[in-house]
Amino acid sequence: MTTLHAVFDKARAEDRAALVGYLPAGFPTKDGAVAAATAMVEAGCDVIEIGLPYSDPLMDGPTIQDAVHRSLINGTRIADVLRTVEGVAKSGAATLVMTYWNPIDRYGAERFARDLASAGGVGTITPDLTPEESEPWLAASKEAGIDTVFLVAPSSPDERIARVAACCTGFVYAASLMGVTGARETVGAAAEGLVKRTKANTPLPVCVGLGVGNGAQAAEVAAYADGVIVGSAFIRRLLDAPDEKSGLAAVRELASELARGVRR
Amino acid sequence: MTATEGTILTSADLAGNGVHGNDPDVHGKFGRFGGRYVPEALIPALDEVAAEYEKAKTDLDFLREFDHLLRTYAGRPTTLTEVPRFAEHAGGARIVLKREDLTHTGAHKINNVLGQALLTKRLGKRRVIAETGAGQHGVATATAAALMGLECVIYMGAVDCERQALNVARMKLLGATVVPVTNGSQTLKDAINEAFRDWVTNVDHTHYLFGTVAGPHPFPEIVRDFARIIGVEARRQMLELTGKLPDAVCAAVGGGSNAIGVFHAFIEDEGVRLYGYEAGGRGLESGEHALTLTEGSVGVLHGARTYVLQDEEGQTIESHSISAGLDYPGVGPEHAWLKDTGRATYEGVTDEEAMQAFALLARTEGIIPAIESSHALAGALRLGRELGPDAVILVNLSGRGDKDMGTAMKYFNL
Repeated sequence: MTTLHAVFDKARAEDRAALVGYLPAGFPTKDGAVAAATAMVEAGCDVIEIGLPYSDPLMDGPTIQDAVHRSLINGTRIADVLRTVEGVAKSGAATLVMTYWNPIDRYGAERFARDLASAGGVGTITPDLTPEESEPWLAASKEAGIDTVFLVAPSSPDERIARVAACCTGFVYAASLMGVTGARETVGAAAEGLVKRTKANTPLPVCVGLGVGNGAQAAEVAAYADGVIVGSAFIRRLLDAPDEKSGLAAVRELASELARGVRR
Repeated sequence: MTATEGTILTSADLAGNGVHGNDPDVHGKFGRFGGRYVPEALIPALDEVAAEYEKAKTDLDFLREFDHLLRTYAGRPTTLTEVPRFAEHAGGARIVLKREDLTHTGAHKINNVLGQALLTKRLGKRRVIAETGAGQHGVATATAAALMGLECVIYMGAVDCERQALNVARMKLLGATVVPVTNGSQTLKDAINEAFRDWVTNVDHTHYLFGTVAGPHPFPEIVRDFARIIGVEARRQMLELTGKLPDAVCAAVGGGSNAIGVFHAFIEDEGVRLYGYEAGGRGLESGEHALTLTEGSVGVLHGARTYVLQDEEGQTIESHSISAGLDYPGVGPEHAWLKDTGRATYEGVTDEEAMQAFALLARTEGIIPAIESSHALAGALRLGRELGPDAVILVNLSGRGDKDMGTAMKYFNL
């Protein structure tokens, strides 16, 4: 099992940013998600976030909504998410779960943390869990030995950044722009300043997500961040592919392009 | 003479009148319910709204302006109407309606939107967005936006756009842009998701004019405060009409704004029982209902901890009701708190019971109620038979039924 700590140490030693890829479990199929994430790792992703499909993804844009909707229709359950994590962790990537809070709340915080750790997962990203409500999850994660990642945004004042960062153990997720997930033509101009402000408040690595979709953008972000997070662009490749084989080839190609980007 | 006619107003008399009992704690919690479960990007905006509202709610100028709009634009105070012919079907109990259907735009939603539109101007924002289910909140928001010169975008589930085509046309006529939401169940919950997505993108110049007492703090408190004029007036009017407080207050509960609006002034009155009626849809057994408080479980939906219709893995279960305004799988956190403390009682009313009450009120009293409100009427009929002929029951008639004539024509083969 590769820890986040090891990932960022290695990236730092190689003088580059880490590459983080996102895919929801159960998309395009249960096995297809493991295959796609594994291809992403083979082509250069250091960290994989496995999305836990949720019925009301209110910070996701149309691409991830579409994928998550298909996954839920495929009947994806939390057990499948954990099996996906297990499969992806075998590839050698540090594997996280990204999830809205309610599924964990319902499953039971301690039980989820324990089961995720057993599956080889190294932590979670919880985009709608605020520091005020985080106590049960921080305690359960600590007990299970998994990392917690929370988000900061361009709108976050410095004291809020400090408060969010204090809840994080693996890295801090900096949302590059005000908006929902999805690839965009340009990465938010606010991202660099946000990373700077975040770094002033924490020794943890800071990764940038939202709106990054190609090698040039990855290179641009890698110049100031410890990690580059890409989700919708991978999903788009899978959605657009005529069959599974070409889908895998397309995500592999994108991961390679991004991996070159974070090394520029 | 009522306190709103000519007397000098103090803040306690005014709608949305500042500090009153049962306010949430500093984290927006009503007991264990409420709070904020939202993307961090929205926290500063929620803080900004909360801070501005804290100032506004004790600012007499703001409260006077709100009160003025309610009286001269919304048509407040709304009257009470006793309905003896209807009440004959309730075991002889006295039933009195609070006539929110007589407000401008025809439903209680106008109270909240006027308050929040004023708040939007205080916030220095020029655009409002809102979600709508039945279209009532959308129409009310579009109305307030037209009145105050605000840009207005309404998110509405594509399924709801179809069932409430008339309201879509009304919103457009009022100058709003209506965006049909085609993801998920294409109803109110998905419209709320989409409105949040808009808000996080445009938050610097946009206020999310939330339509019910759900959502993240401070919305449950703000919407309640702007709606509580219903109960404040009704309490005074009941004393004038009957010389005492009612034995029970009945209201329909979807998200819960009309119910909190009428309940809140009575919460400290221990002898007054509070009854909320949820949409039982095609019945509990059918699985097609919106019995969030009576059959749901505690979880997080749309930014707050509350009762939710969800499966064992926390996925929201789609609700059903013949009434679009009650077709929601969550509910305001203050209702969750009132349920758990036992202060209010929540029960289900099926589509069939609601439609019978809808027709009965029309035939016996010449009032066509909204199907939402008809759930409260059906509940009152049941409650009257339980409480007996000496009981006095106040029902919040939250809206008028013109918008529901399409549904009624199909249901009754008119």
